[in-house]
Amino acid sequence: MQFFPVAQSREPQKNEADFPRKLKDRLVIVLFLLPALVLFITFVIYPIFRSIYFSTFNWKGFGPAVDYVGLDNYRKILTDTVFLKAIKNVLIIITLSLGLQLPLALILAVMVGRDLPGRSVFRTIFFLPYVLSEVNTAIMWMLLYNADPERGFLNAIMTLLGLQPVAWLADMNIVIYAIFFTLTWKYFGFHMLLYLTGLQNIPKEIEEAARIDGANAVQNFFRITLPLLSSTLKTSVYMSILGSIQQFIIVWVMTRGGPVNASETMATYMYRYGFVRFQLGYGSAVAIIMFLFCMIFSLLYQALTRKPDYLTGL
Amino acid sequence: MTRKIFSLISVLLVAALFLTACGAAAAAEPAAEAPAAEEAEAPAEAPAEKVTVTWWHISTKDPALSDWQKMADDYMAAHPNVNIEITVLENEAFKTKLTTVMQSGEVPDIFQSWGGGTLKEQIDAGLLKDITADLDADGGAWRDTFAPGALAVFSADGKNYGVPWDMGMVGWWYNKDLFAQAGITKTPTTWTEFLEDVQLLKDAGITPISLGEGDTWTGMHIWSYLATRIGGEAAFTAAADRSGSFADPAFVQAGVELKKLIDMKPFQDGFLGANHDEMQATFGNGKAAMELSGQWAPSVQRANAADGVGVANLGMFNFPAVEGGAGDVTDVIGGGNGFAIGKDAEPEAVDFVKYLTSKENQTIIAASGTGIPVVKGAEAGLTDPNLLLVQQSFAAANYFQLYYDQLLPSAMGGIINDSVQKLFAGTATPEEVAAEIEAGAKEQF
Repeated sequence: MQFFPVAQSREPQKNEADFPRKLKDRLVIVLFLLPALVLFITFVIYPIFRSIYFSTFNWKGFGPAVDYVGLDNYRKILTDTVFLKAIKNVLIIITLSLGLQLPLALILAVMVGRDLPGRSVFRTIFFLPYVLSEVNTAIMWMLLYNADPERGFLNAIMTLLGLQPVAWLADMNIVIYAIFFTLTWKYFGFHMLLYLTGLQNIPKEIEEAARIDGANAVQNFFRITLPLLSSTLKTSVYMSILGSIQQFIIVWVMTRGGPVNASETMATYMYRYGFVRFQLGYGSAVAIIMFLFCMIFSLLYQALTRKPDYLTGL
Repeated sequence: MTRKIFSLISVLLVAALFLTACGAAAAAEPAAEAPAAEEAEAPAEAPAEKVTVTWWHISTKDPALSDWQKMADDYMAAHPNVNIEITVLENEAFKTKLTTVMQSGEVPDIFQSWGGGTLKEQIDAGLLKDITADLDADGGAWRDTFAPGALAVFSADGKNYGVPWDMGMVGWWYNKDLFAQAGITKTPTTWTEFLEDVQLLKDAGITPISLGEGDTWTGMHIWSYLATRIGGEAAFTAAADRSGSFADPAFVQAGVELKKLIDMKPFQDGFLGANHDEMQATFGNGKAAMELSGQWAPSVQRANAADGVGVANLGMFNFPAVEGGAGDVTDVIGGGNGFAIGKDAEPEAVDFVKYLTSKENQTIIAASGTGIPVVKGAEAGLTDPNLLLVQQSFAAANYFQLYYDQLLPSAMGGIINDSVQKLFAGTATPEEVAAEIEAGAKEQF
């Protein structure tokens, strides 16, 4: 737990000034932190408080906010069926991500983590979608999902197979799943990479020892690999859930939260009010609610997952 | 674990330092520019005081981009004391950035505007300059050059705060070949005829209408046209000034008539999720017989068509009249572009706008197909037959209705667009849609 082990080894050298060593160290730390801290306060902390202030006004963004409405915006948001629909959609995305996307990433990580021929090629291919920008991804999938079989790749295949074409993004019952598929395609590579790093940190000896003791591959995976991967899994689940709560770009580009709010997420709801309808006070209130969601989740998650890390013993 | 955290923190710190560096550089740039500009013109010893005019526009593509730049350069050459600083922004970025600077009360001298509700909000916040006197100077010399309907879009309570440079309208674009294939010999003039033609097209196995309802405003235009045909100017004016209501019979009836059309299933598959580009692509590829769209339609169709050419035999007709409706078949719904004048604009800025909207410059805009000119005589520059069609329809109109979602405050526009979409999705009745819009209006006005 020593941050500056080097400093200690130089202890014998006499201090030039009678400056207490510890204080000097602290000063250095503070100085190094200062630029980041200033930026953090200006661009994160201050805007949050500014948003809280604006969220109590009915404000359109022109001139100063004067029409004070108290907590009215919050009351409206939390009783708006569209916002509740957005929360439901976020929960759908979270459930599917944890149930399908992350297991898929884990399976692939275990597969390409082995000494298979051409595994680096697969690793690159799987990671590629994550490198692509969100907007590119969304536009590409809009083209693939196009309802016209002559232009949409997926529907072209469906017609080839003798199936009816599906209006993926136009059907209010399907659209959220179509978007989830795109999200999975985009993000599974990232989680796979996290798992790969985690897998590399597991000492080979432990698995070998288990194998010698007669554990088969399945036992090895569930009894050795998975528990030792727990800290990576924690990070991955955390990022997946936070990402789902904040999901915006792909949804907005592909459907604008439509048709008729069928694929609305909290972030598209915020954007709709903040920057389409320019009700910036209302939009700020949505942002604050999202912020609270994320913060409460983070704190709860931290508290609930504080289990021993087998590898470092922390 | 500790080491991981430590390296993570170092990375963050380095990133933060980079950010500070970028921020500082960006901040330093304009500061460095300003003295340089002053130095450059000091030897010129211009008698007139140096004036800087800031101009934000959204024409990110040629020919408009170069045309605007050339006009500014020409003006600066003729007026050495005026320095015109142009900021070109993409449409959405422009709206966001404009809102941000307006919050601080710093308004560009000249900026892109669509008039209507947003302009009204800017006027109410005291951010715009009243240029009525400039328009009326010399016996209204400048004012008289404009088409009155177009100029009115940039005014409120009899005062002008901007001028138009392009004004168009929405109408039904149709594929003449597909109409002939379905045996339709003349374009419909009444809503009943229109619905009959839709049926004829369906019977011939042709998708009658291309629609991109994922972008909500595309379908809203059909609804607002029906409301204009049924209720006329009076219904909308009453609803907007709150002596009437958006739940009035005209608006409910518009929904009922629209529902008749929707129930015939005249749109392409997946229209509910399609965006505006996809709508133009479907029509441009000859996969649908009609679309309700504005003066931009021919060029956007071409851009989105697979062959890059679009529909060979393209025509346009006015939105048909609804039997018994108060509105006239020549009334048009449209809108266009203009220049709004910021509150701190110097007289030079107004003079420059006068230059931009001169007949010569308007002819350039017309000739390049950038827009439909609003200054009398400049339409001679129009060479595109499709734009001429729009210009003629527009010129023949007795009543000009600005787009609902532009005339009304942006919040109201959003509510109308989102509510009407429910009709297309079949999740609300015409009465419910009208009631929802009225509920929004009660809150917004």
